[in-house]
Amino acid sequence: MQRQVALIKQSLFDQGYLDEQFVELEELQDDANPNFVEEVATLYFKDSARLISNIEQALERGSFDFNRLDNYMHQFKGSSTSIGASKVKTECTMFREYCRVGNAEGCLRTFKQLKKEHATLRKKLEQYFQLARQAGPKETARRPK
Amino acid sequence: MATKSMGDIEKIKKKLNVLIVDDDPLNLIIHEKIIKAIGGISQTANNGEEAVIIHRDGGSSFDLILMDKEMPERDGVSTTKKLREMEVKSMIVGVTSLADNEEERRAFMEAGLNHCLAKPLTKDKIIPLINQLMDA
Repeated sequence: MQRQVALIKQSLFDQGYLDEQFVELEELQDDANPNFVEEVATLYFKDSARLISNIEQALERGSFDFNRLDNYMHQFKGSSTSIGASKVKTECTMFREYCRVGNAEGCLRTFKQLKKEHATLRKKLEQYFQLARQAGPKETARRPK
Repeated sequence: MATKSMGDIEKIKKKLNVLIVDDDPLNLIIHEKIIKAIGGISQTANNGEEAVIIHRDGGSSFDLILMDKEMPERDGVSTTKKLREMEVKSMIVGVTSLADNEEERRAFMEAGLNHCLAKPLTKDKIIPLINQLMDA
């Protein structure tokens, strides 16, 4: 089962969902906090759900306040960077670019893709953490090949 | 603090005392964990105004302050300026986003930082600064 866990993790990196920062977080895990990364991920998804909701409400109003949208996305990008959520981070960057040039359609399109990437990452990480818990204490975090 | 060779963080005799100033709860948790992993202890502030109050009220003394740039109430630039006006001597390290341009980083440095690091923070980025503190 450890092997299955390792394979799932490797695929998350190979498919570009996660970057090096995730490994940095795993290296911070110790006996006192063996589930540190899962706790961080849980907090990330809770906070990012709030940001997604705020952005949705702002977009639904119809009149695009690009400054407000950019501010929300700045926060979203920051937390995505902190956890190593690479694809989500990329979409955040694109969204901010569209805000910068005042492109509403670009914002809407990118936001749709961002939500898709975010949902996929959430599902994959939930699967990973569930398997990891079942597999039991694992070896030290290893950088992806 | 005991003087140790480069990389020998594990044997710090006096615990490094760090103030982490950031409005992102995720960053606060991660940065606290990093500091703990390298043998330090930390206190947090959710924005610059809290950081100023901590220094004004508690007479606290920190070896290192990790200062986020973008924060509500009082941002990192304003907070750094204020702390230097209050004659806070701690090493203050600004934590910036990669999206910040050179001008923004320069303004942050000129506010009174000792160093500037780009997010995300990692042990490898912080340890050289800790060594510098220990050698001082």
